[in-house]
Amino acid sequence: MIFFQLVIDGLSIGSLYALLALAMVIIYKTSEVPNFAQGEMAMVTTFVSYHLMEYYGFTFPVSFLGSLIFAAMLAVFFEFFFLRRAKEPNILNFIIITLGFERMLYGLAAWKWGADQRLYPSSFDPLPISSSDTFNFGIISVSHISLIIMSVAFVLIGGLVIFFKFTRLGIAMKATQQNLLASRINGIRTNRIMSFTWGLSAMVGAIAGMLFVPGTATPLDSNLMLAPLIKGFAAAVLGGMTTMIGPIGGGFILGIIEKFFGFYISSEFETTVSFTIIVLVLWFRPSGLFGRHYIRKV
Amino acid sequence: MLSLNNIETFYGLIYALKGVSLEIKEGTITAILGSNGAGKTTILRTIMGLLDDQPEKGNVMLSGENINFKDPEFIVRKGISYVPEGREVWNELTVRENLAMGAYIRNDKNGIKKDLEGIYHYFPVLQERENQLAGTLSGGEQQMLAIGRALMNSPRILLLDEPSLGLSPILVKSIFRIIKDINRERGITILLVEQNARMALMIANYGYVMENGRFVISGTPEELMENEDVREFYLGIKKDVSAKGYQRWKRKKKWR
Repeated sequence: MIFFQLVIDGLSIGSLYALLALAMVIIYKTSEVPNFAQGEMAMVTTFVSYHLMEYYGFTFPVSFLGSLIFAAMLAVFFEFFFLRRAKEPNILNFIIITLGFERMLYGLAAWKWGADQRLYPSSFDPLPISSSDTFNFGIISVSHISLIIMSVAFVLIGGLVIFFKFTRLGIAMKATQQNLLASRINGIRTNRIMSFTWGLSAMVGAIAGMLFVPGTATPLDSNLMLAPLIKGFAAAVLGGMTTMIGPIGGGFILGIIEKFFGFYISSEFETTVSFTIIVLVLWFRPSGLFGRHYIRKV
Repeated sequence: MLSLNNIETFYGLIYALKGVSLEIKEGTITAILGSNGAGKTTILRTIMGLLDDQPEKGNVMLSGENINFKDPEFIVRKGISYVPEGREVWNELTVRENLAMGAYIRNDKNGIKKDLEGIYHYFPVLQERENQLAGTLSGGEQQMLAIGRALMNSPRILLLDEPSLGLSPILVKSIFRIIKDINRERGITILLVEQNARMALMIANYGYVMENGRFVISGTPEELMENEDVREFYLGIKKDVSAKGYQRWKRKKKWR
C-alpha cells in the first residue's frame, strides 16, 4: 500500500516540477533560450509574497496575486532591458545573460532578506486550507496542501496546453520561435511576443515557487529554488523541451521516481537522481521521452 | 503606387544597391531579372524594412507615404506582403495554422474565411494537406503555402522572391500561371524577382534587368525580348553561331 502513497506523493511534488519545467519550456519554445534565472526569479517572487504577508500584513491570496504581478513585471523588465539590448543576439549570449541575471537576483535576495532562514507563514487565511490536515482515503493520506498543489497545477497545465494549441497568441508565440523572419513579415510584433512570453513564464514559475515552499515546508533562503530548478530542468530534459506534453510528463515521472528512490534506496541521494536522469537522457534519447524535434533542412 | 527613389543600401560593409529607382503601377506585374548577387533580394528586403537602418540614401514611397525605416510589422499592415526566398514557412505548424497566422493582422472573420477558400481554390493540394506540418511538405507545396500565407495578409502589393527556386519545370509553369491569375482576378499588384527570365517576362507587364546593384535596362517584355543583350545573356538565345555550331568570341554587353 505504501506503493500508492508514494505515487500520490510523487505526483504532488511532480506537479511542481512540471510547472517549473513548463515555465522553462515556454521561454525555450519562443526563443530557444534555456532560462537559468527561472529559479531565482521564482525565489525572489516567493520572498516578495513572504514580505507582503509578514511585514505588510496582507492575506495570502492578496500577496499571492501581488507577487504574481511582480513576477511578470520583473521578467518583462529583464527581457526589455537586458536581453533585447544584446548586440549580438545569439543563443549562447542569451544564456550567459540569464546566468548573470540569476546571480544578480541571488545577491539581491541575500542582501535584502539576509542569509538567515525564514519561515513562510503557514496559515492561508482567509482560505480554508491548513498545512497540517490530511484527507484519508483508506490507508492513503493526502495533505490538503498537496491536493491544492495538484489541482492548481492541473488547471494551470490544462490552461496552458489549450492556450498554445488553440489561441491566436499561443500559436503566434510558437511561430516566433520557429521563424522570426516569417513572423515579422506577417505582422507578428515579435518584440511584444517575447515580453509576453517572459511575463507568462515568470508567473508560472512563481506559482510553482509559492506552492513549493508551503507545500514542502521548506524554509526561505536565497538557495531556495536551486534544487527545484535543477529538478525542473531535469523534468524538461526527461520529457523533451520541444513539446508541451514533455515537461508535464517529465515532471510527474521525475516526482514519482524520486519518491520511490528516496523510500527504497536512499533519501540522501534524492537530488542525485535528477542529475543521473539528465545524463542518461542525454546519452540515450537527447530529444526526451516525448520529444519529437522537427529536423530542419538546411 | 510603390516607388523607390534612388535607393542606396549597404549590407554591412557591402554596397549592395547603388542607386535604384523603380516605379510600380497599380494592378501590374513588374519583374526584376538578374543573376546571383545582383541585389534583387536586397531591393525587396529594403522595401520590407528588414534591413536595420537602411536604405542609406533615397526613399521608398507607398501611395505618396514615405515608408523608409519602418518595421516589417508596420509595412505588412500597410498592404505590402513578402514571399521570401526559400519559402520560410513555419515548419512545426500545420498548413492550416500557417495560413491562419498569415491572417494575424486581420480581424474580419468573413473576409479571412473567404480568402482561405480562395487560396484552397488556387492551391487545392494545400487543402488536402491541411493538418500536416508545413515542414513535411515538398518544396513546391511549401512555395504554394508561402504564397497562400502572404495572400492571407490581404495585400495590395505582393513581393515575390524567386518563386521558381528549386521547383520542377512543370511546377514552375503552374505557379506562374497562378501568379498571373492572382494578379488578374484579385487586382493585386505584383513585384516579382526572378532568375528565370523567360517565365518572368511571359507574365510581366514591365521588366527591369539588374546587374551589380544597378538597373541596366528596363522596358516592356516585348522590348526586353528584342534586346540583343537580354536575349543572349538572360534568355540564352544566340544569333552569332558559327557553322560548327559554337560561338567563337565572347560578346560584350553593350550597357556596361
